[in-house]
Amino acid sequence: MNWLLLLEQILNGFQLGLLLFLLAAGLTLVFGIMDMVNLAHGSLYMMGAYFCATFTGWTDSFLLGALLTLPAVFLLGVVVEMIALRTLYARDHLDQVMATFGLILFFNEATRLIWGPIGLVIPLPDFLNQTVEIIPGAPYPAFRLAIILVGFFVAGLLYFIVTRTKLGMLIRAGASNREMIGALGINIRLLFTLVFGLGAALAGLAGLMAGPILSVEIGMGESILILTLVVIVIGGIGSIKGAFIAAILIGLIDTVGRSFLPEILNLVLPEASASTAAPAISSMMIYLLMALVLAIKPQGLFPPKGVGR
Amino acid sequence: MILSSRHILNTALLVFLGIIPFLTDWMGDSFYTGLVARILILAIAALSLNLLIGYGGMVSFGHAAYIGVGAYCVGIGAFHAFEDGVDWMLNGYIQLTAALLGSALIALIIGAISLRTRGVYFIMITMAFSQMLYFSAVGVETYGADDGLTIYSRSDMLGLIDLNDEKSLYYLIFVSLLVVLYLMHRLVESPFGNVIRGTKSNEARMRAIGFSPYKYRLTAFVIAGTIAGYAGFLMANLNDFVSPDMMHWTRSGDLIIMIVLGGMASLFGPLYGALAFLMLEELLSSIPLTIGGLHVGEYWQLIFGPLLILIVLFARNGIDSFLPQPRKDP
Repeated sequence: MNWLLLLEQILNGFQLGLLLFLLAAGLTLVFGIMDMVNLAHGSLYMMGAYFCATFTGWTDSFLLGALLTLPAVFLLGVVVEMIALRTLYARDHLDQVMATFGLILFFNEATRLIWGPIGLVIPLPDFLNQTVEIIPGAPYPAFRLAIILVGFFVAGLLYFIVTRTKLGMLIRAGASNREMIGALGINIRLLFTLVFGLGAALAGLAGLMAGPILSVEIGMGESILILTLVVIVIGGIGSIKGAFIAAILIGLIDTVGRSFLPEILNLVLPEASASTAAPAISSMMIYLLMALVLAIKPQGLFPPKGVGR
Repeated sequence: MILSSRHILNTALLVFLGIIPFLTDWMGDSFYTGLVARILILAIAALSLNLLIGYGGMVSFGHAAYIGVGAYCVGIGAFHAFEDGVDWMLNGYIQLTAALLGSALIALIIGAISLRTRGVYFIMITMAFSQMLYFSAVGVETYGADDGLTIYSRSDMLGLIDLNDEKSLYYLIFVSLLVVLYLMHRLVESPFGNVIRGTKSNEARMRAIGFSPYKYRLTAFVIAGTIAGYAGFLMANLNDFVSPDMMHWTRSGDLIIMIVLGGMASLFGPLYGALAFLMLEELLSSIPLTIGGLHVGEYWQLIFGPLLILIVLFARNGIDSFLPQPRKDP
């Protein structure tokens, strides 16, 4: 086995995991606090990538573009929450699934109308567009490393906000008992809007960071949405800690599995059937994991305390 | 039984659907027979899903997977008959048996695990399982992977019915719809259906009077999956084509839209929903309006998306709430 390759794949796994965490953090809060299924979260991720591509084009700087994207996606999230989602909190999950499915259709089509059907490219500045040798002999793209660093930084910041600030206290209280914090005189509407905007900004951040390495295209939000849903369900809906652990786990299993499963299967199967079976099995692996977790712990690995809904 | 205006409307719809091939013959455009046939197949699948969602309160978000399983049974059979000359695999009855047993077995496995969870978790785990099947279809190179399989010869029903004749195929689909409607009617009104509906409205109470909801739910799940598998068998024969895309989670979303659009709590709701969904798609995508060089019809989902949200917000029982309501027994 090639150890340098394994190391590189582990780093890639962390990078995917941290991207997933950025998406999952917002989604799990919306799920946990508002008891709301939001399928349109992937659309906010897509908008983050498209906004960043546009702003980068205007300002000629990826960093400036990224800085402009965050408040833009935050605002978009707030507007979507106020126009469409606010009335859905009291509805059952089926209505929420339907309405946010409608939002996905709208966002995809609006994007096609505004930016056209062909994908965009986000150009990277030179200092991110090179490789660094963290370990001698193993050059690693600087941008991917930057994603890992930003991901860890934001995770830490989020941990600080949730555990050490008043807003975080309200978020945690909301996740365990919505009605009670309303009864205690907290402005729930404002809290919901804020949390949704925060989640949108995180999704936008994930989108703008994924843009340069994956491609900026219509429907990019949907494939990652499913992965994100798997993450929050495994982690336990409403739990930031669960989302973090599950996101890293999924990121690692997916990336490392994809690159090493063919080799592992080769040991037990003839080469021809191993090479056809490997891609299918590695795409299925995370779903298998999810089914396994839910079969054993139907509430996910870390259900937030006091969940008795 | 006194015929209510609701019965008359439903009967009129069925009669209309029954004469569609002759109507399109008369209009000289057989395209619409194929379109309506597709709608009826999706209506069959939506009817089966409504047993879970509308009557049982189980929001399964992976129902398209069973359609795919049924369809692939036809596709794989036709593939081996065509490529390897294995003639018995073209036999429609064997294909049908495989489609029904296969989808039932897979529904049994998925249901047995998924039904341990509730609420959002149930929605997500059913979606995850259907994605698993989707990816396994994408991964199997022999059967076309991403590109799917073209079916060169339709199921051979040994002379009983010729599926290559568009009219015969249409009537097979139409009669199947009638049978499924009748089956659903009997099922929902049966003691079994009462337990299913009871567990939706109050699970704790059903337990208290001595029912174990799990077994009933699982049975309903398998019945719904098997009917969807049958819909897949029909769909493969109609389209002459199967692909992983049939199982994608957005296809499952479409089925849910049909149910909510039509009205969940009624027998005919999914049929109206399937008609409305595909008609809207046809209608919106052919809007003859051009603004600034852009064809509005090309961007029909831009209208359909917000329309969906408005329906959810303001028409809670879908089309059903606009139809004459059944008389309540005094």
